[in-house]
Amino acid sequence: MNASPNAGASQRAVHAWLLLLPALALLVAFTHWPAVATLIDSFFSTPRGARPAEWVGLENYAVMVDDPVFWQAVRNNLWFAGATIPLSIGLALLMALWVNERMAGRTLVRMAYFTPTVLPMIAVANIWLFFYTPQYGLLEQFTGALGMPSRNWLGDPSTALACVTVVAVWKEAGFFMIFYLAALQTLNPSLKEAAAIEGASRWYFFRRVQWPLLMPTTLFVLINAVINAFRLVDHIFILTRGGPDNATTLLLYHLYEVGFKFWDTGYAAAITVVLVVVLASVALIQFFVLDKRVHYK
Amino acid sequence: MQRKTFLKTLSAAALAACATGALAQTLEVPFYYPVAVGGPITKVIDGYAEAFNKAHPGVKVTPIYAGTYQETIVKALTAHKSGKPPATSVLLSTDMFTLIDEDAIAPIDDFVKTDADKAWLKGFYPAFMANSQTGGKTWGIPFQRSTVVMYYNKEAFKEAGLDPNKAPANWKELKEAARKLTKKDASGNVTQYGIQIPSTGFAYWMLQTLTTPNDVLLANEAGTKVTFDNPKVIEALDFWVNLAKDGVHPKGVVEWGTTPKDFFEKKAAIIITTTGNLTNVKANAKFDFGVAQIAGNVRKGGSPTGGGNFYIFKKAPKEQQQAAFEFAKWITQPGNAAQWSMDSGYVAVSPAAYDTPALKKYGQEFPPALVARDQLPVSVAEFSTHENQRVTKVLNDAIQAALNGTKTSAQALKDAQREADRILRSYK
Repeated sequence: MNASPNAGASQRAVHAWLLLLPALALLVAFTHWPAVATLIDSFFSTPRGARPAEWVGLENYAVMVDDPVFWQAVRNNLWFAGATIPLSIGLALLMALWVNERMAGRTLVRMAYFTPTVLPMIAVANIWLFFYTPQYGLLEQFTGALGMPSRNWLGDPSTALACVTVVAVWKEAGFFMIFYLAALQTLNPSLKEAAAIEGASRWYFFRRVQWPLLMPTTLFVLINAVINAFRLVDHIFILTRGGPDNATTLLLYHLYEVGFKFWDTGYAAAITVVLVVVLASVALIQFFVLDKRVHYK
Repeated sequence: MQRKTFLKTLSAAALAACATGALAQTLEVPFYYPVAVGGPITKVIDGYAEAFNKAHPGVKVTPIYAGTYQETIVKALTAHKSGKPPATSVLLSTDMFTLIDEDAIAPIDDFVKTDADKAWLKGFYPAFMANSQTGGKTWGIPFQRSTVVMYYNKEAFKEAGLDPNKAPANWKELKEAARKLTKKDASGNVTQYGIQIPSTGFAYWMLQTLTTPNDVLLANEAGTKVTFDNPKVIEALDFWVNLAKDGVHPKGVVEWGTTPKDFFEKKAAIIITTTGNLTNVKANAKFDFGVAQIAGNVRKGGSPTGGGNFYIFKKAPKEQQQAAFEFAKWITQPGNAAQWSMDSGYVAVSPAAYDTPALKKYGQEFPPALVARDQLPVSVAEFSTHENQRVTKVLNDAIQAALNGTKTSAQALKDAQREADRILRSYK
């Protein structure tokens, strides 16, 4: 009789672990083990036909430091992230505030803003390919009507990266808008009434009431935006294939080329490890540092 | 009661499955075939597999549509690494060295035993075999092969005062024609470029349409050495760059995929692209168009070949390999090769196929279909080396840098040569 509470507790623990087991098994098999295997692979040479993989220590990382395309991909990716993150979040917030108002055709506008999110990126990229086409593309017809000279948007290294960035922003903003819209709908309407009675301007109300209350959403959206800035490369395959002359090569695209075009799996593993470490540390910083500044209700 | 019926049905179904399995005893031959999207071509391939299976009881060739060429080789090589490759796959002829390096494919010579087999292997156009053989062995069977040709707008030629029945035959004529064909509006913007050579994706292939007439090869036969910094290669790239500088060719990098559309929209009077676009151009050009061989310079004309070969995978079971070989042999017989050429627009792989009544008749009705064949005697192998995709990317980047003006042709190609030498150092 005396042992029963203990036995009950351990039984509950076993029960709990059993319930966790399926998820745990999947997570270990498809996330943790591959991550560890990648780390191990990054210290070995790429096996080729009859030549098995050999321990090479940090050689793959030395190759990376010497690889000019890798560094160009890092630079490109920083520009890409630096532009897509603030632009897509800002645009999402603006659109959410706009469609949160009472107005005619609200559902239609919401749907229009959300449509890019629903479309597959490959289809989207094919549409944008014809937007950017020189001479008769949509963009050219527009700038041509204004009397501006013709440009080869995707074929010129000075504009190509900006072009693929715009596509990513367009694709992402609608998705983030949904989160902001949901958050805005949960705000207490009496706050707005109180602000109106006090005579607060719209801007003041946004800055002092809505924005602080939206902070948890912003944190969530920010983490997603950062991850997407390194993950969203589908459109590169259609629009530029990393060209011209690597002007639009992003890290993940470079990784794909090294891994599945050059079949240099050892080097690809090294790039993966770096990418994972960078992304994990960014996420950790966001959780531990920014989280403290977020105001939860 | 319900449960009992369920179990009964289940066991009956299982029994039936066992029975059919035991009865059939057919040999499954998985066959990866690259096709980006579904459509008419998958039906054609299904049709061939069905006809072959009917003629060969006990064998079942199963086509598996695996995406683009790039996606297909990724799938095939991953399957090879896991120890369960397909019996056969159609992959780019230029992937030969990659597949050899990965120890993934078996030489075709292992299966060629009878005199009839030997005669069949000799029957292909030598230009296509150049990309299928190395080190004295044959590794691929030519199947869907192409070359590069020049498409030109005959109406634009007439407007510009050029003879619509005579395409530019050399670089001088080509440049002159391009100049005459370039049209500008009142404010000086170009409305129609004289010539357009695409430079995304297959830039190295397009460069070969300039280096081949300039009588220079980009790589040796063993695929271990490249000659990017040869003065003749630099001259060829300069010719391309100067077309853009002179304003008769679009500036910057030109997209491969939209080039046919630029031609239909009359934004480019001459385009240089694969014969694989012939059916597309025939269906969509709303004007009279001509197809011509690549213009010559030092020597008369000359184009690289392109397209896909059959490969047989080494780790597949022996009987699957043999069946795959039979299938490849069957599908490249003159009659089938001729039918395939008409169905797909690819060049038929043997002279015998062009002697079949069906293809003869087709050629008389639609002469542009024969241009690619007539070009074969002066055609060379598509650029291919060990570490193929990596070296190709180096060359593509160099071409794009030159076209964008970030480097001179000479500088770009010298840098590319150094980088390619570094990549290929272990193969010497």
